[in-house]
Amino acid sequence: MILEIPVESYNFSAAGEAASRVKKTLQRLGIDSQLIRRVAIATYEAEMNIVIHSDGGKIILQVDEEEIKVQAIDQGKGIADLELAMKEGYSTAPDEVREMGFGAGMGLPNMKKCADRLEIKSVVNEGTTVVMGFKNQS
Amino acid sequence: MNLRDVQQLLKAQVLAGDDLLDQIEIKMACGSDLISDVLAFTKEKALLLTGLTNPQIIRTAEMIELSGIVFVRGKMPGDDVIKLAKEHRLPLLLTTLPLYETCGILYSAGLKGCSELDTVARG
Ligand SMILES: Nc1ncnc2c1ncn2[C@@H]1O[C@H](COP(=O)(O)OP(=O)(O)OP(=O)(O)O)[C@@H](O)[C@H]1O
Ligand SMILES: [Mg+2]
Repeated sequence: MILEIPVESYNFSAAGEAASRVKKTLQRLGIDSQLIRRVAIATYEAEMNIVIHSDGGKIILQVDEEEIKVQAIDQGKGIADLELAMKEGYSTAPDEVREMGFGAGMGLPNMKKCADRLEIKSVVNEGTTVVMGFKNQS
Repeated sequence: MNLRDVQQLLKAQVLAGDDLLDQIEIKMACGSDLISDVLAFTKEKALLLTGLTNPQIIRTAEMIELSGIVFVRGKMPGDDVIKLAKEHRLPLLLTTLPLYETCGILYSAGLKGCSELDTVARG
C-alpha cells in the first residue's frame, strides 16, 4: 500500500491534514493503536517541519508486512548542520511560528524517539528527505 | 474525576462538547504552551491545559487522542477552532485562570500529571 499526500509551505489551516490521513489509513488497516500513535506523532512533526521550514513537499506512506515507512520530502533551504538540528532545543523557527507553539526544537528528537529508524538526507538550497521506519507488529 | 468536575473546579465556560462532560473520565493532565512538548510528554486520554488557541492545537489533540482541552488565561479560540473540535467530538473548556493556578487547582483535587501514571510508555 502506498499513499502520497502533498504538503504546502506555510499553509497553517491545512497543516496536519497529511498526518491525520496517515493516521486514519493505519486505523483502517487495523494496525496496533500504540504503533499508530508513534507514527502519527512522528509524521505530524515531519509534516510541520515541511510547512514551517521548507518551500513545500510531500508525505509518502508505505505499508508492508515488515515495516510502516513514512517519507517526508521537501524542496527548500535544507539543513546545513544535521547534528546541530538534531539537538533538543535547537530551532530556527521564526517568531510568528513560535507564537503558535512551534519552535521548541523538539521535533526531530521526537521523530527519532518515535521511529525505529530515522534517516535524514539534506542538501542546502535544494531540500530535505526524512525517512522513518516503524516495525510492523501485525 | 470527570470533565464536569474539571469544569466546576475551574468555573470554566464550555465551548464544545457540553453533552460529553459527564461521561469523560480524566486520569491525568498536562500543561504546556509548546506543541512538541505536548506531543512528547502527554499520554493518551489526558487533559491538556494550554494558552495556545490556534487550529494546530486541535490537530495535536487528534494525533495523540486527548480527552479534552482547557484554554487558560481567558484566551478565547476562534470559531474555526471550536468548529474543528466539534467535528472531532473534542470537549473544550475556557477558564480565566492562568496556567499555573489552573494546574494547581486540578492537582490539589487529585488529578495526576502525565509522568506519574504508568501506561505503555516507550523510552
Ligand atoms: N525540512 C526542513 N527543512 C529545513 N530545515 C529544517 C527542516 N526540518 C528541520 N529543520 C531545521 O532543524 C531545526 C530543528 O528542527 P525541529 O523539528 O527539531 O525543531 P523546530 O521545528 O524548530 O521546533 P519544533 O519541532 O519543536 O516545533 C529547525 O529549526 C530548522 O532549522
Ligand atoms: Mg519541528
